Amino acid sequence: MTVAVNPTQTGEPVFYLADEHPHPEGYSTSLGFWIYLMSDCLIFAMLFAAFGVLGANYAAGPAPKDLFDLNLVAVNTSMLLLSSITYGFAMLTMQQNKVAQTQMWLLITGLFGAAFIGIELTEFTHMIHEGATPQRSAFLSAFFTLVGTHGLHVSCGLIWLVTLMIQVWRFGLIEANRRRLMCLSMFWHFLDVVWIGVFTFVYLLGVLR
Amino acid sequence: MSTDSHAAHAGDHHLDDGHAHSTFSGYMLGFVLSVVLTAIPFWLVMSGTLPSKQITALVIMAFAVVQIVVHMIYFLHMSPKSENGWSMMALIFTIVMVVIALSGSLWVMNHLNSNMMPIHEMTGMK
Amino acid sequence: MSPDLLKFIFGRLGIDSLPLHEPILVGTFIMVALGGITLLAGVTYFRLWGYLWREWFTTVDHKRIGVMYMILGIVMLLRGFADALMMRAQQAMAFNGSEGFLPAHHYDQVFTAHGVIMIFFVAMPLVTGLMNFVVPLQIGARDVSFPFLNNFSFWMTVGGAVLVMLSLFIGEFARTGWLAYPPLSNIGYSPDVGVDYYIWGLQVAGVGTTLSGINLICTIVKLRCPGMTMMRMPVFTWTSLCTNILIVASFPVLTVVLALLSLDRYVGTNFFTNDFGGSPMMYVNLIWIWGHPEVYILVLPAFGIFSEVTSTFSGKRLFGYTSMVYATVVITILSYLVWLHHFFTMGSGASVNSFFGITTMIISIPTGAKMFNWLFTMYRGRIRYELPMMWTIAFMLTFVIGGMTGVLLAVPPADFVLHNSLFLIAHFHNVIIGGVVFGAFAGINYWFPKAFGFRLDPFWGKCSFWFWVTGFYMAFMPLYVLGLMGVTRRLRVFDDPSLQIWFVIAAIGAVLVFLGILSMLMQFAVSFLKREQLKDVTGDPWDARTLEWATSSPPPDYNFAFTPVVHDNDAWWDMKKRGYQRPLLGFKAIHMPSSTGTGIILAGLATAMGFGLIWYIWWLAALSFIAMLAVGIGHTFNYHRDFDIPADDVIRTEDARTKLLAGAK
Repeated sequence: MTVAVNPTQTGEPVFYLADEHPHPEGYSTSLGFWIYLMSDCLIFAMLFAAFGVLGANYAAGPAPKDLFDLNLVAVNTSMLLLSSITYGFAMLTMQQNKVAQTQMWLLITGLFGAAFIGIELTEFTHMIHEGATPQRSAFLSAFFTLVGTHGLHVSCGLIWLVTLMIQVWRFGLIEANRRRLMCLSMFWHFLDVVWIGVFTFVYLLGVLR
Repeated sequence: MSTDSHAAHAGDHHLDDGHAHSTFSGYMLGFVLSVVLTAIPFWLVMSGTLPSKQITALVIMAFAVVQIVVHMIYFLHMSPKSENGWSMMALIFTIVMVVIALSGSLWVMNHLNSNMMPIHEMTGMK
Repeated sequence: MSPDLLKFIFGRLGIDSLPLHEPILVGTFIMVALGGITLLAGVTYFRLWGYLWREWFTTVDHKRIGVMYMILGIVMLLRGFADALMMRAQQAMAFNGSEGFLPAHHYDQVFTAHGVIMIFFVAMPLVTGLMNFVVPLQIGARDVSFPFLNNFSFWMTVGGAVLVMLSLFIGEFARTGWLAYPPLSNIGYSPDVGVDYYIWGLQVAGVGTTLSGINLICTIVKLRCPGMTMMRMPVFTWTSLCTNILIVASFPVLTVVLALLSLDRYVGTNFFTNDFGGSPMMYVNLIWIWGHPEVYILVLPAFGIFSEVTSTFSGKRLFGYTSMVYATVVITILSYLVWLHHFFTMGSGASVNSFFGITTMIISIPTGAKMFNWLFTMYRGRIRYELPMMWTIAFMLTFVIGGMTGVLLAVPPADFVLHNSLFLIAHFHNVIIGGVVFGAFAGINYWFPKAFGFRLDPFWGKCSFWFWVTGFYMAFMPLYVLGLMGVTRRLRVFDDPSLQIWFVIAAIGAVLVFLGILSMLMQFAVSFLKREQLKDVTGDPWDARTLEWATSSPPPDYNFAFTPVVHDNDAWWDMKKRGYQRPLLGFKAIHMPSSTGTGIILAGLATAMGFGLIWYIWWLAALSFIAMLAVGIGHTFNYHRDFDIPADDVIRTEDARTKLLAGAK
């Protein structure tokens, strides 16, 4: 954008842009999406607060020690970490305009994400089978809601990922699709950050208690 | 003059999507760090190496904070420069809000518990 | 049909869900139905459906969306105020053994609905509408950052309002008070649909509010015209920025709290129950983490409006611009540190209470600074007592009283006496009506000519003003007295006959306010009829100072033919002072976003989903959820979301304005 803001040669101030270029499409998108993520961050913060306040109220029911299998959580965490780095590779190949490789890395990311969801669902079913249902105690309500909300976000991310793969396949790595992949990247890595909080505060500190 | 700086900023919007600077080595470094920072807390808790639970808790919380920072830098490409500093500002503001709301809730509710008559023992609470 | 099938199709909904045994509701329903049918018939007769759909419902133009928000706010004001009149009448009558005219379960719905509607569907739309309309114009932008999202946000707000309104005729509304504290709002004590209407109405509207907050933050951060640095932004834009930051930082909290409450109700979890380790107090704590910032979400834009109005009608630059900005920012942060003052009596102990008491008192300092800034702006100014300025002065007097009683309530021991009393009711009406409502009216009177091209009629405006102001004082000063005597809120009948006179005075006050509302509607009607006399050809009827007055009234679709360049605070004043000449040549095509019906469709589906969830009509909920997903994803396959306004159209519009301006001279 060429802006003659200061007084021109004639000394007259300029009050408007005679020759302007509109903001490019998606000019505000990454900031807007980031602010959305911040609001999402507060959603998780409140769920953490609920867990922090209610997380020790077992109501004579099972406690974290009886329920959590840290080996499984470790496997699950590695799924998410691996999906993060593969998404990183997708972004790198996208920058090099390699459509097929981008798609491949996206697919791998999706598989890791799906594995994460699968393991989490297994864990949940196992717990519910043992009678540790969300209705059993305030601790379990808070646990299922916090971890479940994270899982729900990952699932939404998966739907989004598939949509984007279709769009990249149909329209190629056009500017709009690059921007969308970048937003999903932010979303995906953000969920990673939330998961760090989850495995530390819910699982590790829970078992420690 | 500030008007010029605004105009200059308006001009470089193609660069500030943050991902222009992402590199293979950056991602790998972030990944290795995050693996290490995840593995150590798990190991500490599962093996019970440290003498007391309090110390273990503090250490793993410290690891979590470091790992969050690592993810922010290497995966989310946070830098004071992206979006002219607005994303950083939003992040800092959010962190302040999260800290206030979280610690405030814990403080208020715990204080409430300590002031309450023990109607029913909260079983399992230590 | 078998009962199982009926239950599958209609869920909890049955013929007995319709309140046919309530004469008041049947009467209201008949009135609303007749009015609605007349309206729909009129629209059909004048063949307006296509026009409304193309030009309004699907529009992404921030100005039209702003206007629609204002219409929503005013329509809902009528509903919310009807509730207020019923409450005042009930309380004035229910003495000496009389039960009044409202049965308990109805009265409880009325006070709940009044609070919910006034905050979420009157104050919020009025404030959001003004921000939507004014902010892009003030910063010299063509539209908001995400125009489609803006349309979607608006319709989500409407969706929430529709759900709340539906509860009037299908089923019932919550009987819990406007924040629906558990355990009363839990399924055990409120098994009916009332609380579910409350939850889903607010969730649907809340999504819209959060998204519109994100949108406006981005707009202000990214789309300011060249030269407009942060410290050159008009104060209204500043307060809007802070308000939207608060929206984005607090509405997620409301979303979570309501989600947890609905999990308790639908799934049987134990967040806020009395058993199994749940804690109802946690709900109170969480909802006020949203609730207190919400107060500032409403009042900060009002402060911005008063700042614009005061400096315009005093003919002076705003006194202490920098301190005004810092005061706003400080209020933004502090508003997050005071939430516990809403439940001092919950019993968190001395240390917690004194911390939050002190932070609450501190917040009055930046607010006081603002008050002095306005006073010093007026000092030695050439004040014109037009309607916006009159509302501003009424605000300054009223708000100071409300602020003082607020500081009084911030003292925890005093709060233990006054908590839940009518003193509190008087206090928050004092600040919300005196601050937000008067602010909205100042804003409506101030920016109406910009939106429609003609000023509002001053005579009926003054009637409205005086009715409102005297009515307000008559309605709420008695409540201070009653509160000090110990009368608690939400009571339906009274034993002590000596109290009646105060309630009668308050009821008369409410009637005066009602006359004020009618005068305002009259003002709109008369102004429309006299629009040629009241016409604003210059685009700057008040000799104002900020950029929105640089363009025509009403502004063209593209707001500014050329993006303005700013050199000073009060950009338009600076341009006028330095002999700015409006460009007459060199117009180019302008890139604009195109209209889309996706927003209204998505919001309609969300509302249907809410309705399904309220009545346990699971197939409807599932179906509309899947449809929402499909429509939402389908929308992302549309990559062509904007168009160019051809240069010829711009030239035609601008030439018409040139002629108009020449005629005015």
